[in-house]
Amino acid sequence: MISLTIDGQTVVSPEGATLLEACRSIGKDQPTLCYLETLAPVNVCRVCVVEVEGSRTLVPSCSRKVEPGMKVQTESERVRHSRKVVFELLASSVDLSLVDDSVQEWMTNYQVDPGRFGDLAPLVDDRDERHAGHHYENTGTHAETVFQPVKVDNSLYVRDYSRCILCYKCVEACGDDAQNTFAIAVAGRGFDARISTEFDVALPQGACVFCGNCIGVCPTGALMFRSEHELRASDLWHEEEQTVTRTVCSYCGVGCNLELHVQDNRIVKVTSPIDHSVTSGHLCIKGRFGYEYVQQLGDLATTPIDDVLRRAREAGTV
Amino acid sequence: MRGVRNGARLYTVDPRRSESAKWADIWLGIDVGSDIALANGMARVIIERGLQHRDFIANATTSFDDYAAKVGEYPLDRVEEITGIPSDVIEEMAVSYASAGMAQIVWTLGITEHHNATDNVLALINLALLTGHVGRYGSGLVPLRGQNNVQGGGDMGAIPNKLPGFQDVEDDDLRARAERIWNHTIPPKRGWHLTQMFEAMAAGKLRGLYVIGENPAESEADVVHARQALEGLDFMVVQDIFLTRTAQMADVVLPAAADWCESEGTVTSSERRVQRVRKALEPPGEARPDVDIIGMLARGMGADWGQPTPEDAWNELRLVSPMHAGMSYQRLEELGGIQWPCYDENHPGELFIHGRLWKQPLESPPAPFIAVDWVPPVDRLTNDFPYRMTTGRHLDGFNTGVQSAGYDSPIRTGGTIDISPEDADRLAIHDGDLVKVSSRRGTIEVPARRDLALRSGLVFMSVHYGEDADVNQLTIDTWDPKSGTAEFKATAVQLQKV
Repeated sequence: MISLTIDGQTVVSPEGATLLEACRSIGKDQPTLCYLETLAPVNVCRVCVVEVEGSRTLVPSCSRKVEPGMKVQTESERVRHSRKVVFELLASSVDLSLVDDSVQEWMTNYQVDPGRFGDLAPLVDDRDERHAGHHYENTGTHAETVFQPVKVDNSLYVRDYSRCILCYKCVEACGDDAQNTFAIAVAGRGFDARISTEFDVALPQGACVFCGNCIGVCPTGALMFRSEHELRASDLWHEEEQTVTRTVCSYCGVGCNLELHVQDNRIVKVTSPIDHSVTSGHLCIKGRFGYEYVQQLGDLATTPIDDVLRRAREAGTV
Repeated sequence: MRGVRNGARLYTVDPRRSESAKWADIWLGIDVGSDIALANGMARVIIERGLQHRDFIANATTSFDDYAAKVGEYPLDRVEEITGIPSDVIEEMAVSYASAGMAQIVWTLGITEHHNATDNVLALINLALLTGHVGRYGSGLVPLRGQNNVQGGGDMGAIPNKLPGFQDVEDDDLRARAERIWNHTIPPKRGWHLTQMFEAMAAGKLRGLYVIGENPAESEADVVHARQALEGLDFMVVQDIFLTRTAQMADVVLPAAADWCESEGTVTSSERRVQRVRKALEPPGEARPDVDIIGMLARGMGADWGQPTPEDAWNELRLVSPMHAGMSYQRLEELGGIQWPCYDENHPGELFIHGRLWKQPLESPPAPFIAVDWVPPVDRLTNDFPYRMTTGRHLDGFNTGVQSAGYDSPIRTGGTIDISPEDADRLAIHDGDLVKVSSRRGTIEVPARRDLALRSGLVFMSVHYGEDADVNQLTIDTWDPKSGTAEFKATAVQLQKV
C-alpha cells in the first residue's frame, strides 16, 4: 500500500493504482472525457489533470500511478485554470449539447465561458473533403469549429463529427482495447485532426464490422444509433419516457448483457453495462442491432389458445 | 484477444482462414473431417517425447495403455497425409500444448457437426487428460455454445436421457427422487433424440409432434427428406415467435412471446453462467410467454398448475436439480449471474469444473481415456462430386435467419457459394455468377463469391438464407449415433457455372 496526500488529506492506495482511483477512493471525483475503465488511458483530453508537488507540468490523474509521499492538489488555481481553458476550447469548437449532465456540471463548476472566443464560425464545407492539411485561416472575429455535415452512410449508425471532441475512445474500442478491427483512426494534424476511416471511405466500404462498440463508448453523441438520430431529428426522442431493462442477448452462447432502451413499446437503442464481467460493455452487430425481429410485425398467424383447445376437444385429441 | 495481446499462443485449426485464424500464431488449414487424426497424431508426439502428465494420468485416469497403443497408429507422416497439415507444424503444436503451464482447447460446430461428432470430442478430451489440461484454473476444454440457451436447455433436462441437472433418467434412485418432488411417474427409459424422431416419423411410428422454438423444416440436414417426414404427421403443433417454414406446415400454431425481451426467465451461457432475462416489451397480439402457454395446455389436459410465474418454475427446478439449488432469483440479480454448480445459497458457483480429478487420493470415479479412430466423412469425394463443401455462419447472421433477417446489416452478403480463387479461375467463375451446386441429394443454384479464406477444393455456404440458398437440400443426414448430430460440415458437391 502506498501513502500520499490529496488536497492535504492522507490517502492509502494499492500499488499500481492511479491518482484518479486514489481521488475517487476518498470521494473526490475528477472530471474526465477520454478516460473509461475498460479502455487503456490515452491522456488526450487533459481535463483530469492535477498538480503534483515537484512536477514541472500538471499530470493526468487517469494514468499517473500513485507514488509514496506524493502531494497532490486537485483544486489549485493552476488546475482550475487549466481545466477551465480546456473545456472552453472544446465548448467553443464542438457541439456539446448531448454530453451527459456530469460534464455540464463540471463546466459550471469551472465557470466555463466558451463565448469569449467569439461567435461560432459558420459551417463552410465538409471538413473531411478538404485537401489534407488545408484549413481556413481564422479572421479573429469568430471561434473556429469542427462543424461538418452528419455522415449517414449505412443503415445502423451515424457519425456526427460536429460533436467529436477527439477523445479517441472510439478508436481504442475499435482497435486494441476491444474489437481489434481497426476500422477508424485519427487522421490529420493539429486542429484538422479528426476521426476517419481510411481515405474517408464510407463505413460499409471499410473494415467496420458494425459492432457499435464505438457508439457504446462515445461520450458526446457524435456516434449514434440511426434510430436515435432519426427520432431526434423528428423531435420524437423522449428519453424521459424510456425504460431501460437489463436482459441477455438472444443470439449466441457468450451471454452478453443488454440494456434495452424502450420507448412506446419499441426498442430504440441497445447498450451494455461496462461493469458486467462477461464482455465489459462490448457487443457484436447482432447483439447491438439485431433486435428488429421482435418489432417487425407483419401478418403473424395468431391462434387464440382457447380456440385451439376447443377445436382439439371437438376433434377428440385431448 | 486480450489473451493473445498478453502473449498467449493461439493455434487456429480450421479448414478456412477465419477471422480467428488471422490472429493466430499459426493457422492449421485442416482438411474437413480429419480432426481425430490430428488429435491422435499430437498425442503420439506428446507420448514419444515423454511430455504427458504422468502423475495426473496415474491418479485420475484409466485405460491409458489402450489409448497409447491406438495413437501409436498415427505417425506424423500418416497424419500429414490425412489432414493436409505439414508434420512439423503438428509437432510444434503438440509440444507447445503439452508444455504450456495452462492451455485450453476451444471448439464449436466444426467438431460436432460430423457423423462421428462424439468421437471427435473424445479425441480432444483425451488430449486434455494426457496433459492434465483440465480441472485447473486457466486450463480446460471449452465447447462454445452457438445459442443463448442451448446450455440451459440441456441443463433443464430438455434432452432425451437426462432429468434437470444432468441426472440420468435411467438411474432409478435419481428418478425416484424427482418423482417424489413432482408426485408423478416418469418413464424409466430415455426418449428419442431429434434424429431418431425423424427416423420414427419416416417409419410411421411417431405420428404427432409439438415443436417449440425450432425450425426443422429448414435446419435439418437433407431437408427435403425432413419436410416429407413432417408432412406425413397426423398432427403438428408449433409454438414459436415466427410463422416459420415449420409453423406454416403445422396444424396449430401457438404464438409465443420472445423469451429474452417479452417475458421473464433465465438463460445459461457457454461458461455455465445462469443469467436473468427480463421483460422489456409487451408481446404482440395474442402471443404469450412459453410458461403461460404450457400451463394452459396442462389445464386443457386436466392438470391445473395454477398460474406459476417463471420464478415459481425456477424454484421448482432448484428443488429437482442440486446443481442449481443455490441460485435464487435474488442471488442471480446480485451477482450478475452464477456459474453452476451452485449447491446452496452460500456457494459462489464454480469458475471451472472437474477440479475433483486433482484430488489425491481421488474420491470420485477416474476419467477414462476412450481411444478413437479416424474415419473419413461419409459423403466421399469422387470425380462426380470433387469439392468438399462445409457450412457455417456469417458474423451478422444466425441459424436459419428468421431472427437475423429482421435487421438491415451493411455487411450482409446474402446466400452465396464461396469458392477459392484458384477453383474460381479454373471454372471461370466470377463474383455474382450463378452456379449450379449439386450433391448426391439435390441441386440448387446460387451466386458465387470468391473468398481468399478458402483453399482449393474447399467451398463454403452459410446456413442463413434458406429461401435463396437452401443449403440443406445438399447436406447429408448421416448422423452421429450418440449425439444425433448430422454431418452438416462435410458434403461432397459438384460445381457448374450456369
